[in-house]
Amino acid sequence: MNDQQKIVTNPSTDARQGDIVAPSKDKGWFYTDAVKSHFFHPQNFLEDEAAYKDASLGLVGSPACGDSMKVWLHIEKDANGVERIKEFKWKTFGCASAIASTSMLSVMVTENGGLSLNNALTLRPQDIMERLGGLPARKIHCSVLGDKALRAAINDYFRKTGQHNRIIVEQGRIIDNVVKVTDHDIEEAVLEGADTLEKVQQKTKVGTGDPSCLPEVEQLIRFYKEKYFG
Amino acid sequence: MKKIIYLDHAATTPIDPQVVEAMLPFFSESYGNPSSFHSIGMEAKEAVTHARKSIANILHGHEDEIIFTSGGTESDVLAVTGIPRAHKTVPGTKPHVITSAIEHHAVLEPLMHMQKKEEIELTILPVDRFGMVDPKVVKDALKPSTVLVSIMTANNEIGTIEPIADIGRMILSWRKDNKTPYPLFHTDACQAAGALDINVELSHVDLLTMNGSKIYGPKGVGILFVRRGVKIEPLIRGGGQERNIRSGTENVPAIVGLAKAFDLVQAKREKENARLTVLRDQLTEGLLNIPKSRLNGHPTQRLPNSVNISFLDIEGEAAVLYLDAQGIMASTGSACASSSLDPSHVIIATGLPYEAAHGSIRFTLGHSTTDKDIDRVLEVMPGIVERLRQMSPVNLDMKYYT
Repeated sequence: MNDQQKIVTNPSTDARQGDIVAPSKDKGWFYTDAVKSHFFHPQNFLEDEAAYKDASLGLVGSPACGDSMKVWLHIEKDANGVERIKEFKWKTFGCASAIASTSMLSVMVTENGGLSLNNALTLRPQDIMERLGGLPARKIHCSVLGDKALRAAINDYFRKTGQHNRIIVEQGRIIDNVVKVTDHDIEEAVLEGADTLEKVQQKTKVGTGDPSCLPEVEQLIRFYKEKYFG
Repeated sequence: MKKIIYLDHAATTPIDPQVVEAMLPFFSESYGNPSSFHSIGMEAKEAVTHARKSIANILHGHEDEIIFTSGGTESDVLAVTGIPRAHKTVPGTKPHVITSAIEHHAVLEPLMHMQKKEEIELTILPVDRFGMVDPKVVKDALKPSTVLVSIMTANNEIGTIEPIADIGRMILSWRKDNKTPYPLFHTDACQAAGALDINVELSHVDLLTMNGSKIYGPKGVGILFVRRGVKIEPLIRGGGQERNIRSGTENVPAIVGLAKAFDLVQAKREKENARLTVLRDQLTEGLLNIPKSRLNGHPTQRLPNSVNISFLDIEGEAAVLYLDAQGIMASTGSACASSSLDPSHVIIATGLPYEAAHGSIRFTLGHSTTDKDIDRVLEVMPGIVERLRQMSPVNLDMKYYT
């Protein structure tokens, strides 16, 4: 059994599409029980920064765009020489969904002896949402920073261990330099049905960090819409 | 069950039991249609007339100047679309409308839509760092084609009270100097109606929006005051009710409830304001003791129930949900709470940077609020802010945000 299969414990298309499939049984609570639990009892957030000064670091987002995330990783080789994530510590500025998504991600990559780097690099925001039982559609953007921060920290590990050939460049060309959204991200968002700037922003947060890229984003949306939907 | 501490009265208020009592007979006893000629219809008509008189008296207006609507949004939209569509000041030009950057969406959205459709020319005025509109800035924006000025009486997010009477007087003298009946002056007084003297004689407004849901009255009912002689294009056409300006069978119980609520809230206004101001200032002072916090809105020219504070390095929605877990209901205008990704347009308009606007939390007090409630908020809030800051990677320098 590979790690990827272990992560997905509750496969559900609805959750992956980003809508709540199992709202909390608590009266008046907007999110799923999984989100609630991770929000009120966040796992693995960094309390003692000094103890992690040698960890591999990833930073993405900025407080101006509403979400900012910092990740500290501790990576070790197991008996078979596979690099696994032993610790994932984080700090997040953001709403309940952003905090719960980061907390859930920290659990997903460290459970069962730690996720191998190769599998960690394939994690998608949809995997996090699925484990959270879905997020409200307008909150999807809160989950997208986690996997980017994770990849940034893994790249930092590659740099620190001299494995420069393994550094993963974000697929495609970066359009918004602050939230690190690429043309590939926009293509995926359009493919998932986001046909307006607002909808693409809901999925990717593009332009919230660097609004000057918005005209280009609109052009890309038009381009991909014509490419896939005629 | 934990006691609920409701500090979101600017969102909506509970209905006063006396208001419910006044409304009850009009659901299944006096259920008539005020347009009917039989006695049960006349009963309903009398109730509506009585409500209209009562509201007009408090406003210092006339009965025939009160148009009942479905609420604050409808009244705002009726005013800001209905005036430019019914008036043209300078032939060959588009009607010009002036408003402010901190207006409610019910004013800004229809105006921006009409601007996009090239129906009007729009000027959105800036505010100072307390959210105050300067009458002189309004005056400088006036031109011969200006048909309408719309400035709210008090802001819903930060509570700042605008100098409506000063703007009203300035507009009067501008009209006199330029020998024109324009511009007309509209104000959205929804947030102010429970706390301030809403007197159209003193403020010189031509149109005024008010609703039930912010003054311990029913939701789904509001008024637009339209001064005698002011022509306005209706939004809803039909049977010709409300002097042909707003068709549709009158919502009699809600209209009766609105009048009762307005009467009650205005009668105890001064006493309640004095009580709430003390509580408001206790809460403000206590919250500002939390490090890296900042008051949004005017320090003194502010509604007696309104406290809006930015806590740096944290995000408002997360704090609101932690407060909710403690039984305290507050609110935020920040990105994640609304469907847009932008933080509150009001707080941004006061010049606060995006990162600080995201951490703003609004507490709005009301009839049910006691000093114990304030103590409870001050007991739990420092811990919530501390906990979220522990989780936050952000550490902004306060000197840029004061």
